[in-house]
Amino acid sequence: MSQDKTEARARHWMRTKNLTIVVLILWFIFSFVVHWFANELNAASFLGFPLGYYMAVQGSLIVFVVLIFVQNVLQDKIDDEAGFSEE
Amino acid sequence: MLKGNFIDNLPKIYGLYTGGFIAFILLMAVLEQMGLGADTIGILFVAFTIFIYAAIGWLSRTMQVEAYYVAGREVPPVFNGMATAADWMSGASFVALAGGVYFGGHGYLAFVVGWTGGYVLVNSLMAPYLRKFGCYTVPDFIGTRFGGNLARLVAVIILVVASFTYVTAQINATGTIAARALQIPFEVGVWFGLLGILLCSMLGGMRAVTWTQVAQYIVLIIAYLAPVIWMSNKQGFGIIPHFSYGDAVVRVAELEALVGVGTPAAEKIAGVSVLTGLHNAPGDNMAAWKFVTLALCMMAGTASLPHILMRYFTTPTVRAARKSVSWSLLFIFLLYFTAPALATLTKLQLLDPTLATSIIGKAVADVNALEWIQKWSSVGMLAISDSNGDGILQINEFFMRPDIVVLATPEIAGLPYVVSGLVAAGGMAAAMSTADGLLLAIANALSHDLYYKIIDPKADTRHRLIVARVLLIIIGAAGAAVASLKLTGILGAVAWAFCFACSGLFFPLVLGVWWKRANRAGAIAGMVAGFLAGSIYLYWTYTTGNTWLGIDHLRFGIIGMPVSLVAMVVVSLMTPEPDAEIQAMVDETRDPSGKTVLDMAH
Repeated sequence: MSQDKTEARARHWMRTKNLTIVVLILWFIFSFVVHWFANELNAASFLGFPLGYYMAVQGSLIVFVVLIFVQNVLQDKIDDEAGFSEE
Repeated sequence: MLKGNFIDNLPKIYGLYTGGFIAFILLMAVLEQMGLGADTIGILFVAFTIFIYAAIGWLSRTMQVEAYYVAGREVPPVFNGMATAADWMSGASFVALAGGVYFGGHGYLAFVVGWTGGYVLVNSLMAPYLRKFGCYTVPDFIGTRFGGNLARLVAVIILVVASFTYVTAQINATGTIAARALQIPFEVGVWFGLLGILLCSMLGGMRAVTWTQVAQYIVLIIAYLAPVIWMSNKQGFGIIPHFSYGDAVVRVAELEALVGVGTPAAEKIAGVSVLTGLHNAPGDNMAAWKFVTLALCMMAGTASLPHILMRYFTTPTVRAARKSVSWSLLFIFLLYFTAPALATLTKLQLLDPTLATSIIGKAVADVNALEWIQKWSSVGMLAISDSNGDGILQINEFFMRPDIVVLATPEIAGLPYVVSGLVAAGGMAAAMSTADGLLLAIANALSHDLYYKIIDPKADTRHRLIVARVLLIIIGAAGAAVASLKLTGILGAVAWAFCFACSGLFFPLVLGVWWKRANRAGAIAGMVAGFLAGSIYLYWTYTTGNTWLGIDHLRFGIIGMPVSLVAMVVVSLMTPEPDAEIQAMVDETRDPSGKTVLDMAH
């Protein structure tokens, strides 16, 4: 394999890894941290819901959906810039 | 009417199908007005939808390996998203989730968070890489990345244990719904349900399952959303209740104090229970710990369950695989953010004395005269017992089974029977689609990995596909036989499947892509140690009733996963690193462009 391709792959993988780490940090916060403090959040109100309850029935779920869509747009960009898009 | 090939016409075909299904619902509504009985409507709904699925299964028949195992790798992302959503949402999600939230309160919401957040892991760690790899099954990845028949065999065993645990619960659910809708005994219903499941999958494998699952998703999501939105409008909770039921959550909390939720029942009635848990009480640190551990097990399980991962092998490209994960989660989200709304509104309708539908605090004689109370009591799913003899129904005198929250909602709200028929068809679609995906995952692993790769690598295509179908029938029959014994509760069986999968497969799959140094010995150690540790812990906690750190039988993956990780890392580091060829394979897996890894190897 050519040296260029190896370097391009290393750069591409570095950027992919960084994006994945950021996504997983957000995932961790909305999967676990937020719900650990459900009691404290319930003191606040959002759209008429106690906030802690809201996060478990909708908030975290919406974050997950948006997170995956945004991640895929950014990952597409990383792939395109590395010249690794398939189409 | 249709020009060009099947794939280009998909939006048109499924658009027509959706229109046809809505026309069928309207026809049933008209027939109901003309005096058609509720039983006949239920039978027509279930029979009509199963007939459509079977027709799709027949039209998708194939004798090509690529079509049978991965639907020809031509499924567009949006449709793969729908198929995955149907594959994912089981009879338990459809029937039991809202009831679980109704009874379990905040603690149960860990399932809702876990079963959606898992897709972030699927998208980040698994789907694109497994698609690039180009395998037919999950053990195919393990077997090729780590090399050797032993690793492949261990992966097959874990897959079979996890998926089989899950599939018995699904066949059980199809049997329950078929029995009720078609008025046949449960034991017959189980076999009838299996027949429907096999009709969808046997002739066309993954291709047939894909196109029936899309059809099943459309039925199940209409069946779930329509009654909730209708009820919400009728009862004055707003057109789309999802964003406006916050007041109902607050109101339920006020009423709980008034009616005394939390008072245990004075007597025990088999199969049904009274509401004792508060709707929104997150509890102490122990409760928070239980929430996050359950959510974590469900998430890691999502990312390791082969019937879900194999759906992402069917897309044309790596990018399409990622895209279809995002669509999957969006389609799943539609149901999961509705279930808690349904649970809250149903509870409010029963508790709030200012609503006409309320029953708590009313005279027992009046409540007993209600039609839906009589109907569900007669089948043992609901019971009323005036324990203190004051003639007034108290919260701890109203017994019910969690499952009926979804099924009885149309009746509590006084909706026509056509809605109940629709809900039965939706529950059937949910259970059948998941059972199909699971059965295919098991049969494909046994036929491709065990038979073709290990036992007889020279087998020709025809032979392989016949073996695959025979196995499908055998496993389906075994599943139905176990299901008709009614050994496990549905929820327990589902949670176990997730824990088995994440204990044995999560880290070997993740590290196979993300850690080049991971080698064969490490992977085998990780799978065996994690799976055994989880299983032994499950046996201990289930038989003795003891728990360690509050980790009960629903979350034994918390034991299995760390053992698996440590075993895999330690053993990998103690043994030589994988050879240059394997390391190049890992590099290739991480690069989304070019041919699949397996194609290049040939």
